[in-house]
Amino acid sequence: MKRQGIAEALRDGIAEEMTRDERVFCIGEDIGVPGGWGGAFTVTLGLSERFPGRIIDTPIAELGLTGIAVGAAMMGMRPIADVQYGDFLFLASDQLINNAAKMRYMSGGTVKVPMVMRAPIGATGRGSQHAQSMERYFTGVPGLKVVAVSTAYDAKGILKAAVRDDNPVMIFEHKLLYGSKGARAEPGAVDATSEIPEDDYVVPLDRAAVRREGRHITILGWLLMAHFAAAAAEILAGEGIEAEVIDVRSLSPIDYETIGASIRKTGRVVIVEEGPKTGGVSAEIAAGIMEHCGDSLMAPVVRVASADVPVPFSPVLENAYRPDVPRIVEAARRLAQT
Amino acid sequence: MNTTPTTTPPASTYDRQFLLGLYERIVLIREFEERVKFLFLEGTMPGTIHQCQGQEATAVGVCAALRADDWITSTFRGHGHALAKGLSVQELMDELFGATTGCCKGKGGSMHMGNMARGMVPGIAIVAGGIPLAAGMALAFKLRRQPQVVACFFGDGAVAEGAFHEGVNMAAIWNLPVVFVCENNLYGASTHIEKVMKNSRISDRAAAYGFRGETVDGNDVLAVHAAAQRAVAESRAGQGPVLLELLTYRRTGHSRRDACHYQPKDEREAWFARDPITRFAEQLLARGDISQTDLDAIKARLEQRIQAAVVQAQQAPQPTLTDLTEDVFA
Repeated sequence: MKRQGIAEALRDGIAEEMTRDERVFCIGEDIGVPGGWGGAFTVTLGLSERFPGRIIDTPIAELGLTGIAVGAAMMGMRPIADVQYGDFLFLASDQLINNAAKMRYMSGGTVKVPMVMRAPIGATGRGSQHAQSMERYFTGVPGLKVVAVSTAYDAKGILKAAVRDDNPVMIFEHKLLYGSKGARAEPGAVDATSEIPEDDYVVPLDRAAVRREGRHITILGWLLMAHFAAAAAEILAGEGIEAEVIDVRSLSPIDYETIGASIRKTGRVVIVEEGPKTGGVSAEIAAGIMEHCGDSLMAPVVRVASADVPVPFSPVLENAYRPDVPRIVEAARRLAQT
Repeated sequence: MNTTPTTTPPASTYDRQFLLGLYERIVLIREFEERVKFLFLEGTMPGTIHQCQGQEATAVGVCAALRADDWITSTFRGHGHALAKGLSVQELMDELFGATTGCCKGKGGSMHMGNMARGMVPGIAIVAGGIPLAAGMALAFKLRRQPQVVACFFGDGAVAEGAFHEGVNMAAIWNLPVVFVCENNLYGASTHIEKVMKNSRISDRAAAYGFRGETVDGNDVLAVHAAAQRAVAESRAGQGPVLLELLTYRRTGHSRRDACHYQPKDEREAWFARDPITRFAEQLLARGDISQTDLDAIKARLEQRIQAAVVQAQQAPQPTLTDLTEDVFA
């Protein structure tokens, strides 16, 4: 076992998959430049020396590099593509949504697109265009699998499962979770390190994870919000409210088995989402809860999400924008009393 | 017609059977398209159609320069490419009728024709969407050191898309084995290219990316074939991409019931006089060892084959409701 952060765990996971399967390669911007960064958040640092010719630096061309990944995947390769900031996925979305996601269906099941697209998201002092929570734009696209990793253990296991999956998988990562120490640590970073086993392992792409058990209330979150939900649960425990915290993790498909089991126990649920409330993944989850276990609810679903505004720059406004621990505690406390 | 100066061997120097094979392919596409147009207009065929009457020589000339294990990408106007790459009349006709026996089990339709066993990925119906995709396919071949080539078909309209720039540039910087085949039929839907590009000589763009471009008479199947052979050989040898601009003309509407009122009468007549089938037939007859009877027999045989395919497609099995949710994930 060794203690690692998400960036290191992803790096090891990529390296192990590239060693295991020569069809795997990485494609992205600034990911393999000697003396460079190893991608915007160091995930591929050092890999270009270990895997010559298989860490492919592209021009600044997100649509093009994504299309190249789709084409290579259709010919039997297993590309791991990434964008420096999730916001750039809007440029890549024609290839992701019109080609990667639909190719299998419109070919009558004769095409496979085994590719991974990694994307860092989250409001982190960079203003409106390097900050958006992008997962909402892809969860409703049939043919895409969408996951969000909040711990180093999950990051490595999910990356490996995604590489081995025969379908396009989008992995969302959070800028404040890559690492809380070192030169690239972001202000406000949260410790997402895990004990990582030496042996090979995968984490399934379709399962939520119960992070803390409780019987009074269920709190759902993912990425940074899974950590904030856990911190809120700690405070709530001091007040005698036992919150069950679930890291939703798999955003498409959503694991209603795990979520439903919790809600049938607690009867109350708070869904926490970084990103504007309107049109969010939390809206989909709330509707899904009504369909799957609405009979078990003893109070209406509560959502804590960002305001319906672009992500602001000023730290004061950004902190007001993003859900924080006190707001989650407040919402949960009020719901527990209904 | 202002094409890049090159030499195309005269028809007399080609093998007779090879030429008859090309002629059969060209006529097959024309007859197929005319039959499909009739079925569509009479209301028996569902969906929409984008047809390629008048452009047959581009698909046939390029695909004849490819090996069976080479690949093509196509567009929403892909019936001709599919037939030229060796997909069967039956699997296309079945697909157009939405039958489960179609090349995409009836889930693709007219705009997404393809068959992975024949080296044709489903047609990409987003303009220029197939260009980065083709570069990625070529990257796969290069990474695996396989001597395969991708011919990427697109129209003049695609040149204005960002995907063209991004895909072509990456193919260039990595010397990928892809031949970019621009079928320049003068119109992006109904808009003439002179309205959307200051330099309407599309092959000039290649130089900006550092590789070779060539403008070819796209209605001369032998000129297309010769140019494609050169381009494919260079790409296969690792010299990187080539851009072929094939000058041609769409005799029929952009889609559905488009009556082409935006095409001036004199322009239409000039291009109709350069019809690829008539011109190729003249070249063949001039050899002396191919007769009008030979050509008529080919056409009659194809008409029969297409008629039989229509009858079979109209009785082919339609999908059941369980098919709706299948094939989303592998």
